[in-house]
Amino acid sequence: MEFLLASALGIVTACGVYLILRGRTFSVVLGLSLLGYAVNLFIFAMGRLTSGHPPVIVDQATSYADPLPQALVLTAIVIGFGMTGFIVELALRTRNDTKSDHVDGQEPEQSSGSISASQDGKAT
Amino acid sequence: MTLLTIILLPLLAGTTLALLAARYSRSASAWAVAGVTLCSLTLLLGFSDAVFSGQKIVSSTPWMPELGIDFAFRLDGLGYLFALLILCVGLLIILYAKYYLSEKDSMGKFYALLMMFMAAMLGIVLTENILLTFVFWELTSVSSFLLIGFWNHKAESRRGARMALIVTGGGGLAMLAGFLLLGHVAGSYELTKIFQARDVVQASPLFFPILILILLGAFTKSAQFPFHFWLPQAMAAPTPVSAYLHSATMVKAGVFILARLYPVLGGTYDFEIIVSVVGLTTMAFAAYVAIFKHDLKGLLAYSTISHLGLIVFLIGLSSPLSAAAAVFHIINHATFKASLFMVAGIIDHECGTRDMRRLRGLFKFMPYTATLAMVAAASMAGVPLFNGFLSKEMFFVESLSLSHLGWFGDVAPFVVTFGGVCSVAYSARFVHNVFFNGTATDLPRTPHEPPRFMKIPVELLVVLCILVGVLPALTVAPLVFLAATDVFGGTIPQYTIAIWHGFNLPLLMSAVALFGGLIFFWLLQKRFNLHLHAPKELNGHRIFVHLVESLRAFARWLTALLQNGSLQRYLALLVASVIALGAWPFIEFGYNTGDAPVTGFNPVAIMVWVIAVVAALASVVMHRQRLTAVILVGVVGLTTALTFAYFSAPDLALTQLSVEVVSTALLLMALALLPQVGPKESSNGRRVRDIALAVLAGAGVTALMWAVLTRPHESIAWYYLAESMPKGGGTNVVNVILVDFRGFDTFGEIIVLGIAAIGALSLMDGLKMDRKLSTSFLNPVLLSVAARILLPFALLVSVYIFLRGHNLPGGGFIAGLVTSVALVMQYMAGGLVATSEKLRMNFPKIIGSGVLVAGFTGLGSFVFGSAFLTSAFGHPIIPFIGEVPLASAASFDLGVFLTVVGATMLTISALSGASRREPKLIGAAQ
Repeated sequence: MEFLLASALGIVTACGVYLILRGRTFSVVLGLSLLGYAVNLFIFAMGRLTSGHPPVIVDQATSYADPLPQALVLTAIVIGFGMTGFIVELALRTRNDTKSDHVDGQEPEQSSGSISASQDGKAT
Repeated sequence: MTLLTIILLPLLAGTTLALLAARYSRSASAWAVAGVTLCSLTLLLGFSDAVFSGQKIVSSTPWMPELGIDFAFRLDGLGYLFALLILCVGLLIILYAKYYLSEKDSMGKFYALLMMFMAAMLGIVLTENILLTFVFWELTSVSSFLLIGFWNHKAESRRGARMALIVTGGGGLAMLAGFLLLGHVAGSYELTKIFQARDVVQASPLFFPILILILLGAFTKSAQFPFHFWLPQAMAAPTPVSAYLHSATMVKAGVFILARLYPVLGGTYDFEIIVSVVGLTTMAFAAYVAIFKHDLKGLLAYSTISHLGLIVFLIGLSSPLSAAAAVFHIINHATFKASLFMVAGIIDHECGTRDMRRLRGLFKFMPYTATLAMVAAASMAGVPLFNGFLSKEMFFVESLSLSHLGWFGDVAPFVVTFGGVCSVAYSARFVHNVFFNGTATDLPRTPHEPPRFMKIPVELLVVLCILVGVLPALTVAPLVFLAATDVFGGTIPQYTIAIWHGFNLPLLMSAVALFGGLIFFWLLQKRFNLHLHAPKELNGHRIFVHLVESLRAFARWLTALLQNGSLQRYLALLVASVIALGAWPFIEFGYNTGDAPVTGFNPVAIMVWVIAVVAALASVVMHRQRLTAVILVGVVGLTTALTFAYFSAPDLALTQLSVEVVSTALLLMALALLPQVGPKESSNGRRVRDIALAVLAGAGVTALMWAVLTRPHESIAWYYLAESMPKGGGTNVVNVILVDFRGFDTFGEIIVLGIAAIGALSLMDGLKMDRKLSTSFLNPVLLSVAARILLPFALLVSVYIFLRGHNLPGGGFIAGLVTSVALVMQYMAGGLVATSEKLRMNFPKIIGSGVLVAGFTGLGSFVFGSAFLTSAFGHPIIPFIGEVPLASAASFDLGVFLTVVGATMLTISALSGASRREPKLIGAAQ
């Protein structure tokens, strides 16, 4: 199980990193969401993987999962939402003010893009 | 404590009164600062008896005892001499400046800065703690910067001010490093203890670095070669400033530090050779350059550098009498140079120029001022019967007994005589070119004698020059002896300062200097016509400007290299740096895994893994089909929730699940206002680069995670598990940690959440955007009916989740999110705008009330005498319901709940403002 988690985290992180390096704000938001999942799971896994022993005190239980990373991650998830909201609305504002949804606030020059860029550009 | 008052008077009372009084009149401001200075002077004079009886007064108030830093002050002969100089010259400058400054200049600002400088300077000379010395030292640099730049509309002033600050401030930093090392080696920052540790310090391997660093500070401040170039540039300051800071006091701070630390640093070969060589070089070099300066103040500036070099040279020598000569010359230089600067200011004021190529024959117009200037200039040249002669004679004597310094000892007398010749020559030029040399023809104004009171400071100083020159034993001799004893740090042999010592070598040197200088000047003037000589800036000034320019060019180049305006590029650099930093320890220490047992695979887990990985990869491949990508990212989120649930984290699973709903809704709503499909525009090169970065980052995370998961688990969490019931009164440890153990963290976090939401609201303020989606599918009836029916049930569920949170999975965060989900459903069913109008909820107020509830709960514990956020709990029995576990933490959790609902809903509803054109669009479509 440990290997499954570690490898999945790596793949999700890689996807997130690739997406935040894209030029359009919406991809960056999606990438940040993916990174958020990976980071939260990473911190959570610092308490190791325990199954069937939630940190709720009951008389017959002998062991519990580590509650501390859980508490940290819980607020992180909520704040992650707050951040996503902020960034999404920042992206909207940028698009409204600059008439572009590129992260640099302006459409890239045609010469610097590839040929396919000019073809697909019409799709927007 | 009184010592501190001497400094605080100008620092607080002086600066404030100068500004306040200037509102009434310019004279009031001058009187106020003069009064403050007099008070300080009176306090200082009150210590005279004690100081002259040889006492060293030390008073100390603890400040940061752990760091060995106290407000410690010290008054001994040396400090007394300097403080006296600072206050007396300061008084004269205040009087002079009142007449010097024009109506356009702000009197209050000038005097306030002058007071600040005076306080800083007094601080330097009266502190016992060297770290405190540094603080005052930098304060003089800052006030000097402000005073040089007083006429800040002139580019020349700004440039001069900047250069002075960089050079002296930079030197100050070197000195700080030296002080820290010195304090480290000596075991204390207090002068008394440092002096006692002299042998330890001098034997330490750090002695040489300490010496060099402190000398850097002293040489930059006292404008020693090769750091002298800032001083001529500082002449852009108003003349009272030049006279006070850049001649009489501040530039002597470097000299003071050398004298102050002589008992610990002096007497060594390194100290003697470095300090005396630098001093003598400066002395001769600057004296020669001064002859060729056409600007009166430029000449005086180089002359000042030369005299500072002379003093530095004397302090460097390991002879008790040279210490006396140095101290004596400090006084003499202050008197004749300050008066000459004042005369230069008067000439500038009366004639409108200080260029010696235009000035001539002023004796006819202002014979009285001319006489005063000639006396001061004679003193500067070292003519007998004036004070400059006495200290210069002592200087000649000292230069003759340097046989222990090898070749330097042989050369020194000749260099000294050369310097003497030059200083006579420039003094002669000053007098001849300005006051004689024919009749002035092209002066901007017709000169006449200055106002009566403007001359008083000059008169007093000139009288001192003569008095000291004729009757040294009756005037300054005791003070010089006292200060020299403090410098030398031991007993010094009896000596007499006298005009006549008989026919000897020093007298011959004086004679050579005097007549040689006059002949030298006459030759230069007649044969080469000094006025045609164009001064070349072949000195440190050019190097400095070049250095500053190259630094700026380098900064521009680096900025252009890294910062080309593309955020994509910055982010790529950032990711690359993070990968490099993360990989570093692995490369340095090798990668190895632990030996903790790992659990085996199970089919369901493999299924979830496949779903997550496929969804994540698909979201990348299809990221330009934005709607699909949002859903795929949501799938990854759901698998995250499943993972939490499987690995014993029910609270996290619930949180993740509800956040997923809200954030997917948010993304979809935002997507309605953005292009649905992204353009394909990355070049292949960039794509390859980004894939490489992504793979490296992912591999790093996997490697790190694997290394962690295969290691045994050690945690501080067992404490929380053990104490959750006894101290927090709840069985859901995660919730107890959130609202009790780490409640303060949570409090901060809900505030952050609130700020983010309100920030989002302000971003959307006034935003109106076109909706890209077709609006014909809005408001499906089935959904809107279902949502309305579901709302009360959903709210009920969230109340339940909230109440049980302390003991079972749930709590404020989750309940808040569940409520939000229910409300978001209403938005989805009824449309953003319509639902906003229907709900009429003021979300910012809900956030505010949530934070307040949580905050007041925390404050409530103060009532019971406990710390912030200490919780109390009990198990009251409520009729019909039974025993209910009730903790004050529940009230805190209510605050959390309200903030989460407010923040989540505010983030969503902020979008509704942007979509307000929706009804019109519908109307248009129909």
